[in-house]
Amino acid sequence: MANISNDEVDVVIVGLGWAGSIMAIELAKEGLKVRALERGPDRPPEDFAYPKPADQYAYAIRNKVFATPRDAALTVRYNDSETALPTRKWGAFAPGTGVGGSGLHWTGVLIRPTTTDIKLKTYADHAYKRGTLDPDMRIKDFPFSWEEIEPYFDKFDKICGLSGNTGNLNGVIQPGGDPFEGPRSSPYPLPALHDTYNSSLFAATAKKMGYHPFPNPSANVSQAWTNPYGAQLAPCNYCGYCSKYPCLNYSKASPQTTILDVVKRMPNFSMRTNANVIRVDLHADKKTAKGVTYVDEHKNEVFQPAKIVILSSFQFANVRLMMLSGIGQIYNPLTETGTIGRNYAFLSNGDATLFFKDKHFNPFATAGATGEMFNDISPGNFEDGIKLGFIGGAKIHSSQATGAPIGTALPKGTPGWGKGWKEGMVDWYGRSMKIGITTTCMSYRGHHLDLDPNYKDPWGQPLLRMTFDWRQNELKLQRYLRDIVLGIAKELGPDHISENFLALDSHWDITKYVSTHNVGGAVMGDSPRDSALNRYLQSWDVHNVFVPGGNAFPQNFQANPTATIGAITLFAAEAIKKQYLKNPGPLVQV
Amino acid sequence: MSSGKFSPSRRTILMATAAAVPIASIPLVRQAHADGLENVQLSQYQPVFFSAPEWQFILAACDRLIPAEGRGPGALETNVPVFIDQQLHNGLGDDVYMDGPHPENPAPTLGFQGTLTPQQNYRAGIKLSQQHARQKYGKPFEQLADADKDALLTALQKNEISFAELGEPALKASSFFNQLLGDAKNGYLADPMYGGNKDMKAWVAIGFPGARAAYTEWVDTHNVKYPLGPVSVSGKRA
Repeated sequence: MANISNDEVDVVIVGLGWAGSIMAIELAKEGLKVRALERGPDRPPEDFAYPKPADQYAYAIRNKVFATPRDAALTVRYNDSETALPTRKWGAFAPGTGVGGSGLHWTGVLIRPTTTDIKLKTYADHAYKRGTLDPDMRIKDFPFSWEEIEPYFDKFDKICGLSGNTGNLNGVIQPGGDPFEGPRSSPYPLPALHDTYNSSLFAATAKKMGYHPFPNPSANVSQAWTNPYGAQLAPCNYCGYCSKYPCLNYSKASPQTTILDVVKRMPNFSMRTNANVIRVDLHADKKTAKGVTYVDEHKNEVFQPAKIVILSSFQFANVRLMMLSGIGQIYNPLTETGTIGRNYAFLSNGDATLFFKDKHFNPFATAGATGEMFNDISPGNFEDGIKLGFIGGAKIHSSQATGAPIGTALPKGTPGWGKGWKEGMVDWYGRSMKIGITTTCMSYRGHHLDLDPNYKDPWGQPLLRMTFDWRQNELKLQRYLRDIVLGIAKELGPDHISENFLALDSHWDITKYVSTHNVGGAVMGDSPRDSALNRYLQSWDVHNVFVPGGNAFPQNFQANPTATIGAITLFAAEAIKKQYLKNPGPLVQV
Repeated sequence: MSSGKFSPSRRTILMATAAAVPIASIPLVRQAHADGLENVQLSQYQPVFFSAPEWQFILAACDRLIPAEGRGPGALETNVPVFIDQQLHNGLGDDVYMDGPHPENPAPTLGFQGTLTPQQNYRAGIKLSQQHARQKYGKPFEQLADADKDALLTALQKNEISFAELGEPALKASSFFNQLLGDAKNGYLADPMYGGNKDMKAWVAIGFPGARAAYTEWVDTHNVKYPLGPVSVSGKRA
């Protein structure tokens, strides 16, 4: 092992997914010398030219473009009294790795939180009588107003070529969109994707029942699009290989298709792949960082000096790197001191599968983000949660992200193998649709992240330990949503319905995929007492470290996280450009 | 899709052939690999992971998990055993985090906590299943009647056979069964480049068009069966 020092840069970026790529281009355009370090390989567009990604086994079963548990496992337990066990195989979630990160293989549902979602604590205090909600709940407002953050949502929508129907333009409700969305400063850049059969059946029935469905806001572009950086996207061809796959048609907004082709041509940008950052190196006073240390593919330990450090890996990795580097204090749920690791939240999903003997859904003819959803059951938009004693909600949707056949759902009672299974596949493949929920998830005093005492990664560093389980608030919400979903399902009149919702005594099952929308652990807030980062994603403790990502969310809303990650990263980049470069130091005084 | 296309009698002949020809005398293996796994003939295939006796178990078990009878092709007609053999030879499971400690009785909801790789799982699982078959029926699995084969597989699935009592406490019968069943289904439905789903017969049977991956004009065509057959990543049609 050699000890190497690189040339100093203005900005080092740790992790080249969405957040890292946004920071890279925004800061490189400012003339700064920017270097990105990515633990995984490069993933250039030629690697996913047609037909290479049209391979369910490699991409969706063997997780070809994901991190491996061997390298990136964490440990999980339900409460602080248990010994946590490693995620030896991915189940409930599966983080990405390599250039583009999860942004290369995401589904592309690009939806904003509502104005209530970003001020959830204020809403809860106003709408719920004191003592109704779980006393261990630790929800928080995001530390900015809708008006402050909206222009950055708008900019990210344009980077991605967001396709869909506008619901609220400058406060005026528009037909065909989401009437519950916050006011937009400009309409969706592109029209909605076309509805698949399942989507149109769902939307018509939901509408008839009084809900307000609208097409999934999509970063699979419906028409040709040139984004503000000059990157060009091609119209989606509904190839059916989207969620978990790199796009074979240059139609899905990803760091590759919207940013990296541009920033890679800039002489002041460089990147190193297979560079696994093992710590942020701090000066002796722990007030500033002097750079980061990574292990390269030859197992050399390399020091990368930098004036500004951006931690833009996946949520887990950001939190863990802060802990391994001594940035801030690790959260202790007993004393509620420390801020790194608090407010971890996941989310739940659930669905009904509807089987129709006489319908053809052609499920392979689809984009990842095709579908219809409604937001009627989200915080502030319905009253029953207040009556029933839970806070939260869900987007209720019928999506059809892929139709590849491994894992095809079959009606209850179909044998799992033998002649019955085989004939079940012949009879039922392409004859079912799903109605699903993607729920909110609150944060709690006892749900947190820290370092595991028993298990290490291949670089000899402790795994991150997650303490999490379902709470009654989330389980009551599931039961409430189940009734709504089954109500719509029955209205559609299928031959069989099978359902998958949590029971009131369910524990979190890490073997079943939910989504990789893990949030929190290094959250943004107004005070260094209960947040790790200020509103500009700047560490309260080490002012030249910025930490953009899902780690900054104080709880999980029903919207998918990527739009918000894009918006807060752009907001932080602007603050670095306009304020920090002129006067390096804490951007928020307390 | 026709059930007569691959009759039980022909299946028996095929398996008998695979059993009777000494593996070392088959000259076509290298050529088969050069052509890609899509052109392999099961009867002439030389396994690269499984031993000759293990291969007989795999052929027979796959033939019951996805049998020839009924609508749709069976596992042997679609080369599912070739897929499994190739996957085990080519690093299946090398992404799993295997470091200890391994707890005694982990909550099933916390996921796989075993100590065996898929390769070790197959080796042990086949050996113990054969031990059980010999104890109970006096002959190896592949020589049992179909009903007895199905009964044995069901007993594995339901953990009614104790691998611990047969000398392997690290493996549950159901873990072996589930690994085998999952791999068999993957091989049946994956792109043919991996050795299974021969001639895309499983895709033809269920109506999946494979790697066509362009349906702009079909999204708006609701409730009409898509008319074209599948293509593979290698560009073949069926």
